Amino acid sequence: MNIVVCVKQVPDTWAERTLRPADSCLDRASVDGVINELDEYAIEEGLLQAEAHDGEVTILSMGPQKAAESIRKALSMGADKAVHLVDDGLAGSDALGTSLALSTVLARIGFDLVILGAEATDARMGVLPAMLAERLRVPQLSLARKVEIDGNTVTVHRLTEYGYDQVVASLPAVVSVVEKINEPRYPSFKGIMAAKKKPVETLSLADAGIDPAQVGLGAAATEVLSFAKRPPRQAGTIVKDEGDGGSKAAEFLAAQKFI
Amino acid sequence: MPADRMLPTEQAADLVALTREIAAKELAPLASEYEAASRFPREQFRVLGKAGLLGLPYPERWGGAAQPYEVYLQVLEEIATAWMTVGVGLSVHTMACYPLARFGSDTQRDEWLPDLLAGDVLGAYALSEAGAGSDAAALTARAVRDGEDYRVTGTKSWITHAGEADFYTVFVRTSDTGTEGISCLLAVADTPGLAVGPAEHKMGLTGSPTAQLIFDDARIPIHRRMGEEGEGLRIALDALNSGRLGIAACAVGLAQAALDEAVSYSIQREQFGRPIIEFQGLQFLLADMAAAVQSARATYLEAARRRDAGLDFRRHASIAKLVATDAAMKVTTDAVQVLGGAGYTRDFPVERYMREAKVPQIFEGTNQIQRMVIARELRKAARSR
Ligand SMILES: Cc1cc2nc3c(=O)[nH]c(=O)nc-3n(C[C@H](O)[C@H](O)[C@H](O)COP(=O)(O)OP(=O)(O)OC[C@H]3O[C@@H](n4cnc5c(N)ncnc54)[C@H](O)[C@@H]3O)c2cc1C
Repeated sequence: MNIVVCVKQVPDTWAERTLRPADSCLDRASVDGVINELDEYAIEEGLLQAEAHDGEVTILSMGPQKAAESIRKALSMGADKAVHLVDDGLAGSDALGTSLALSTVLARIGFDLVILGAEATDARMGVLPAMLAERLRVPQLSLARKVEIDGNTVTVHRLTEYGYDQVVASLPAVVSVVEKINEPRYPSFKGIMAAKKKPVETLSLADAGIDPAQVGLGAAATEVLSFAKRPPRQAGTIVKDEGDGGSKAAEFLAAQKFI
Repeated sequence: MPADRMLPTEQAADLVALTREIAAKELAPLASEYEAASRFPREQFRVLGKAGLLGLPYPERWGGAAQPYEVYLQVLEEIATAWMTVGVGLSVHTMACYPLARFGSDTQRDEWLPDLLAGDVLGAYALSEAGAGSDAAALTARAVRDGEDYRVTGTKSWITHAGEADFYTVFVRTSDTGTEGISCLLAVADTPGLAVGPAEHKMGLTGSPTAQLIFDDARIPIHRRMGEEGEGLRIALDALNSGRLGIAACAVGLAQAALDEAVSYSIQREQFGRPIIEFQGLQFLLADMAAAVQSARATYLEAARRRDAGLDFRRHASIAKLVATDAAMKVTTDAVQVLGGAGYTRDFPVERYMREAKVPQIFEGTNQIQRMVIARELRKAARSR
């Protein structure tokens, strides 16, 4: 089975993140890049499914040169090979452009199953899995907290507010995962050494046959007109206990949909 | 702020990145709680072992990672920054493997070394005795040949990992010929006749168990002797030469942790209407701390590079141990000063760092003994000129 895991390098979640005044794009250069957290779960799921079904895991990442670090980490976790789509013309792509680029490469390299994290910690759009599935004309199974493959059928438990839905589709398909699905492994030193020898194919827009006019900041259907720093946190609500503190606290939690 | 490192290869950089990730997720969050409860983080060693971090400097043939000391020590430093008990534990484990890896026969190494390096088992190094501390050659634990075995009787003191380790590299007396009468044995933890004394109540490093090992007519097969009979003291001192570099790296890691805490506190603590880091009096203190950390790191790396190049590094190792552990004592003490009253409480980790910094000045050769070694090497060099 041919599994492709899409991996995005994002600015370290713990670092202070800013937008560049010149083009309102995220400043990726000035902070450390890490694998988008949910993508680590996607990699782990890819590896587990490959182990169970004698498959192969390919990492697909679109991003600047620096994203090679994240690709290396995914390979050192155990993925077999990688494709890195890197081109200055891709910078500033919105979700439409990104999904076009990734789906073009996916169609080219072929797949039985595409796995990705349900969203990225930088933009938090969460639309890429749906867009990819649509462009590739395959079923989408979103927010999976459990994946089972049996022959040509994939079944997921899809996380919902009340529990989960069981969703069944035929392969090939796109699956997006949430952090409940597994516990991502750490790489090992042996993995780090092995990663050095694993093939990484680097593709430019031209190599991949992607029309430069349809991707990048210029082609983006959305535009950031202005931005401001997040306002400082407001003072919280203080519940005074007059014998009914418990129910007031419960009301608050219910209003916020915590319970 | 993590230490800014110059690493020789991309793999070394990936290895340090992996270490940082494991340290941040698996070690740092538990350190204060475990130390307060005197709880040994045995499971965390298994996590390190699974990632391949318990055999870094040893040959790949036996499951090691064949990393130079320059890289191994920086990994160790990162771990000690997150948690000194684990850093010291890794250093001790690495030293416990050394006699087998360096002096064992191929048969012995093929049989045991892969297990020692695979990450699931943990080692200890048993040289000291109540009457033989700085004067290690005065040890009296006795091994007498009986058929295929040695029968061992005697008590080892101050043994890190006693009761937690799976194997013990033990130094015993096989004859009364002083420094020539000592031999090195590899004992498994469940050897009948081997018992563990009560844990010492220590000032710091409380997560790391220290206790006596009591041998009462314990049988250890003769084929578990590393090197020849009588070669033990040479093996012990050779292991300590490399072990000292490990302690130096741990001390630097601890000092780095104290510096980081002091800087981040002084940026957010305000007095007289501004962050205290804006006062020159404090700036100079922080600058001296940073200089001490960085120069200590440079000193152990210089010794490590000599070792990696196959050059003599005895004097350099002793200087590194002396400089790094004294630096850690000073930097951790100053970190308490930077945090003021808060630094003196157990709500912040710096008082713990200060307590932890004391012991590296004592074990693996006290800093007085390091000065003796340094002076001896100076004299030797002058005479041979
Ligand atoms: C937490 C901890 C963990 C340890 N772990 C281990 C372990 O895993 N394995 C192991 O074998 N040992 C271990 N040790 C023992 C440690 O190596 C010894 O404590 C150390 O070598 C000093 O010996 P001592 O305590 O007997 O002190 P002593 O040798 O009695 O020294 C007392 C003082 O006299 C000074 N002194 C002694 N001789 C001289 C001299 N010739 N010139 C100048 N000054 C001198 C010393 O520097 C020291 O200040 C550990 C100790 C501690 C505290």
